[in-house]
Amino acid sequence: MIAAARCIVVRDLLLALRRRSDVATALLFFVIVASLFPLGVGAEPNLLRAVAPGVIWVAALLSTMLSLGRLFAADHADGTLEQMLLGAAPLGVVVAAKSFAHWLAAGLPLVAIAPVIALQYDLPASLYGVLALSLLLGTPVLSLIGAIGAALTLGLRGGGVLLSLLVLPLYVPVLIIGAGSVDMAAAGLAPAGQLQLLAAMLVVAAAFAPWAIAAALRISTE
Amino acid sequence: MLEASDLDCQRGGRALFRGLSFALRGGELLRVAGENGSGKTSLLKILCGLLAPDQGEVRWRGEPIRRLREDYARNLVYLGHAPAVKDDLTAAENLSIACTLAGIEAPAQSVHEALARYGLAAGQAPVRKLSQGQRRRAALARLLLSQGVPLWLLDEPFAALDASAARLTEELIARHVAGGGAVVYTTHQDANIDVKEPRVVELG
Repeated sequence: MIAAARCIVVRDLLLALRRRSDVATALLFFVIVASLFPLGVGAEPNLLRAVAPGVIWVAALLSTMLSLGRLFAADHADGTLEQMLLGAAPLGVVVAAKSFAHWLAAGLPLVAIAPVIALQYDLPASLYGVLALSLLLGTPVLSLIGAIGAALTLGLRGGGVLLSLLVLPLYVPVLIIGAGSVDMAAAGLAPAGQLQLLAAMLVVAAAFAPWAIAAALRISTE
Repeated sequence: MLEASDLDCQRGGRALFRGLSFALRGGELLRVAGENGSGKTSLLKILCGLLAPDQGEVRWRGEPIRRLREDYARNLVYLGHAPAVKDDLTAAENLSIACTLAGIEAPAQSVHEALARYGLAAGQAPVRKLSQGQRRRAALARLLLSQGVPLWLLDEPFAALDASAARLTEELIARHVAGGGAVVYTTHQDANIDVKEPRVVELG
């Protein structure tokens, strides 16, 4: 079971490595969306500092959405998904490994690059840590919830747009709490409460989402 | 070993087959025959549990496969229409991943031997650069490592293969059946599998 999970993570990372352009597209999308706001709302430092956490979080949400469509669709098209459904390991374990690999390739780079974006918004250096930590806890939740949507919309025409409509509303709590934690820290309050809430969401998502993803996959592949 | 009772299957509002029943013991070979669109692939998908029949059930050693899930999956090899290889990985990577997921131990040495038997050199070329027939060979090489898995479900295993690869596949199937395994397969080619009393299910 552990061998199968490790095999899936290695496989998906290897595929991401062979198709670096896919990973780079999502990351560049994040950078560009986040960079458009200062151009749009003007270079007033106080305003930029105030909107920074929200903008960075929304950009992270959209960038995650962008790579979700491929999560199961490519495997579905070439038949490897059928082999996963018929694998020796429980499907829940397999999809948990796939979501983890998706986070490593799509979520973790966002966490790493967020402080650079924050620089653009003149966010105080003391907030970088909270921003990165909130993204570190929040982006895996985005991958897990997104995978449920990706599994449900598998094989549908126009699945990409439907996926956004389905998943973005579910991202709202993560967005509010994630951006809220940075706002709290900016106001001089302790962000520990929000971060703990994010951690709790991650634990719940990690425990239950894989089974929902597995059930959704079984439905949409029939 | 494998028992299908009273299977009904509808696709797109059309009944493909009704009340289909058969039982397969170890050491038996079953060919599913029928025209295009007669439900051969659907039947194989039902047998491996990817598709639920509209009625009836499939049992493995007396237990319904719906309940067994992974315990059943460990006992079968299903090779579907699509070759199930990733374009960006090499043939060896594909084969070793497929075996690990199926719970079969596949050391690098035996992976390379299996691919060599199917005439695929151990190279670093991704499968994307191979021809349709070579992809098929890369998928079929899994059979060489799956001799210990009792049930093989093969959907058009001979499609796109040349004579020598087809002969090797026929030999593997015959050897598996002789060793007590069960094989269900579909084909449009004239397969010449050396087995005593091969059985046929005619659909449509």
